[in-house]
Amino acid sequence: MRKLVSIVLLAGFIFYFATLTGGLMIPSASNERNSVGLDILSRSADETGSANAVTSVVVLYRGFDTLGEVTVLFLAALGISVFMKGTVGQRKKVLDQSFILKTGSRLLFPLMFLFGIYIIAHGHLTPGGGFPGGVIIATGFFVILLTSESVEFSKNLMSVLEGLAGLSFIVLGLVGLFGPDNSFLQNFLPLGDFNTVFSAGIIPIIYAVVGIKVAAELSSVVFAMKESK
Amino acid sequence: MLYLLSFLVLVMLCVGIAIIFVKDILSAVILSTVVSLVVSIIFLFIAAPDVAITEAAIGAALTAVVFVIAIKRTEMKETADKE
Repeated sequence: MRKLVSIVLLAGFIFYFATLTGGLMIPSASNERNSVGLDILSRSADETGSANAVTSVVVLYRGFDTLGEVTVLFLAALGISVFMKGTVGQRKKVLDQSFILKTGSRLLFPLMFLFGIYIIAHGHLTPGGGFPGGVIIATGFFVILLTSESVEFSKNLMSVLEGLAGLSFIVLGLVGLFGPDNSFLQNFLPLGDFNTVFSAGIIPIIYAVVGIKVAAELSSVVFAMKESK
Repeated sequence: MLYLLSFLVLVMLCVGIAIIFVKDILSAVILSTVVSLVVSIIFLFIAAPDVAITEAAIGAALTAVVFVIAIKRTEMKETADKE
């Protein structure tokens, strides 16, 4: 059995490397792939109004993929919560943390929160967006959870935020069905001035929603892990 | 440019090999965040800042957080070779 599995794995790796090197060897195939990127680069600014071409691909051209990614993250967070639910017990009395750690974390948390919001809000202008911004906010929550034992963390609020964010992503996509082009996740809002915060139609709204969802999910994951015995 | 990238890859390889030989699990986690940071610097140099930010936030920060909590909840030292 073990031999069989290892042979299958080895065959898979050989196939993988063969296709990888084959794709690199054939020049015409790589040129075609480059032309797709150049095409998107040349037209994304006019079509989507987003200064960051990567964001226009992630949110609009491949918006359905992003919805799937958010769903995968939701399922992972759900699995961790279910797995950790049986193990939640009373908190052990942890030794008092040092003064420097406490003060430093209190000083750091607002800055990290603000930086996360900045990354989310400027996702269509500069590198960044909903996913990294949400992760930065969740890490900020962890920094504050690490030191203060008396922190009140409302799990219900986090679930409500998460659910509302996920729902509004889908609703925003569905509204596009009634727009001029009748397609899911279509950019139905006006594009506005290029390279300003309030531009690019629904891209900032979708990234804000994704950011809220990711931040709520990951901070509740971190909190569930911290609470468990 | 090529020399810089190969130097960074070399640093990453050395740290990656060091992870295997380090006895303390916490040090291994910290070294793995170093790998993530070097990867994000490489992404920055090959003109992919979006991926660099995501790699730095998830690979260096959040993964380390999850690992540190898991280590805190279980055992600190590697005990497999004692048994």
